[in-house]
Amino acid sequence: MSSQVNGVFEERREHGLLIGYLPLGFPTVDASVDAAVALVENGVDILEMGLPYSDPVMDGLVIQRATNTALEAGFRLSQTFDAVAAIRARVDAPVLVMTYFNPILQYGVDAFARDLAASGGAGLITPDLIPDEAKEWLGAAEANDLDRVFLAAPSSSETRLSSATTNSRGFVYAVSTMGITGARNDVDSAARGVVSRLRDSGAKNIGVGLGISTTEQVTEVLEYADAAIVGSALVSALAYGGAQAAGALASQLSAGKR
Amino acid sequence: MTNLRAQKGPYFGDFGGRYVPESLIAALDELAEAYELAKIDPTFGEELAHLHATYTGRPSIITEVPRFAQHAGGARIILKREDLNHTGSHKINNVLGQALLARRIGKTRLIAETGAGQHGVATATAAALFGMECIVYMGEVDTQRQALNVARMRLLGAEVVPVTTGSRTLKDAINEALRDWVANVDNTHYLLGTVAGPHPFPQMVRDFHKIIGEEAREQVLALTGALPDAVIACVGGGSNAIGIFHAFLDDAGVDLIGCEAAGRGIDTLEHAATLTRGRPGVLHGARSYMLQDADGQTMESHSISAGLDYPGVGPEHSWLKDLGRASYRPITDADAMSALRLLSQTEGIIPAIETAHGLAGALEVGRERGPNATLLINLSGRGDKDMQTAGEYFGILDGAS
Repeated sequence: MSSQVNGVFEERREHGLLIGYLPLGFPTVDASVDAAVALVENGVDILEMGLPYSDPVMDGLVIQRATNTALEAGFRLSQTFDAVAAIRARVDAPVLVMTYFNPILQYGVDAFARDLAASGGAGLITPDLIPDEAKEWLGAAEANDLDRVFLAAPSSSETRLSSATTNSRGFVYAVSTMGITGARNDVDSAARGVVSRLRDSGAKNIGVGLGISTTEQVTEVLEYADAAIVGSALVSALAYGGAQAAGALASQLSAGKR
Repeated sequence: MTNLRAQKGPYFGDFGGRYVPESLIAALDELAEAYELAKIDPTFGEELAHLHATYTGRPSIITEVPRFAQHAGGARIILKREDLNHTGSHKINNVLGQALLARRIGKTRLIAETGAGQHGVATATAAALFGMECIVYMGEVDTQRQALNVARMRLLGAEVVPVTTGSRTLKDAINEALRDWVANVDNTHYLLGTVAGPHPFPQMVRDFHKIIGEEAREQVLALTGALPDAVIACVGGGSNAIGIFHAFLDDAGVDLIGCEAAGRGIDTLEHAATLTRGRPGVLHGARSYMLQDADGQTMESHSISAGLDYPGVGPEHSWLKDLGRASYRPITDADAMSALRLLSQTEGIIPAIETAHGLAGALEVGRERGPNATLLINLSGRGDKDMQTAGEYFGILDGAS
């Protein structure tokens, strides 16, 4: 039983990791697979593939627009597994699926975990599922040897940070700011605080996300965190310039590693 | 089934909980704690009771409506007049309670979602009363069909933000309010307007509305010497229904009947009959029945009434449905509008279109039960805000043709 994600953190911690987010199905399923491959070919260490959802309360406009487009184009949950397998067949990077909870609940938590594991997926990042409500998912993740990434926020109490650390496998996702996804000029200084408090709670692998869009911000975050997570900026690049532009941005961002 | 009234959050059987981003948990904990402390603090209860007596206009009266009842199989029909509250609906009960609580925990900015605009108006009113900043998120579609309430909110000093994402209705307004709250939780209280959402909202909002049923239970006993045979209310998110049901939960002889919006019919795709046609899932922070497709994507609802046009429902209603303690029936746009006109023309009371769904349900229940039945209906809101919609529906606006 071993975590794909842990392995990559162990191997590349010295340089810091770049984690890239893209929604599956945007602009089409095939194009999202191509774009994901382009990210890995340009220095992204771990992929975070978002499942389009009708009510994405953690997401800003860029990601809302992209996931809406995917849904309007007819994205179906069952396409997730072939898409993950297709990415895994072309590049050697762990693929975490980022998803709101209801689609997983409706598919069946055990069935989703089984099918994700069978397709070579590494696990789930769950923005609206806190460990307190995650008993069923944690059981399914354990049974299928999948990573589970919970979020930690600047407002989280020590008890809650400790719960995020204990229940996560792969890494802990530190939210840099009190807000939703989207590029920002300054990555909040709150990020430094939450990472340091997570370290105190025993977290080994910590990624920082929300608002990171430039090479300089990647460098800054990697001064104190193990991984920088970029989403909206890559989605914008993909929207305007396709997989090539997303790859070019990934290459620039990747230059911010240690 | 003897102590259903004692049920507290976070869970109502398999329903409820907290399915929200971690960033909100601290605020929800703070709110839940402040609420538990307020409940046992006599000062809080006195402040709220004083506001209800001097500002809301509580207790609201009951009105027996015999001419309307002739159309309901001759059953005895009694209305609980929440339409007479300040701001025109039951919504003020919850808003004043939460605004007092927000002030206690030092929040200076209120945000709210609104569908029909009644909850937005009530929140803007409380913000004006307490000198707080107020932002109301409202689906763009709803700002158009409820233009009068938009003007009322602005006059009260609130900023109304039309929501242009998703289906541009109530569910999207809630998403946008949640996004605002995640980003501004330090100084902002999200004044959620119904018994949905993450804990402690379903329990807390219910508690602020249960005064409706508590008053009505005493008033009906005093009038008739007995409890009603059935208590009936419309259900969107379910706040007015739980408010009048709650006092009767442990009265086994009293049937509790919720009336959902069937829109153009429950066999079409254009309805909001969540408990009739939905299945359990997670939406807006809680597990409950909801309208969704096979992949768990929320489906768009439809109702002529903006306040019932919501694909989810509060978790306590889902629990009461599964327990069999309450039943829920669908009422079409057409039946609701007929009931609206009937009450207007037989009793001189113009109800909100939301409320008219409960009245249409009462006509059905009265015909089923016959003249010996006594029915209590929550007249949750007045129809002033709906004159444009009703005027167009009935073709009674001058120059409209």
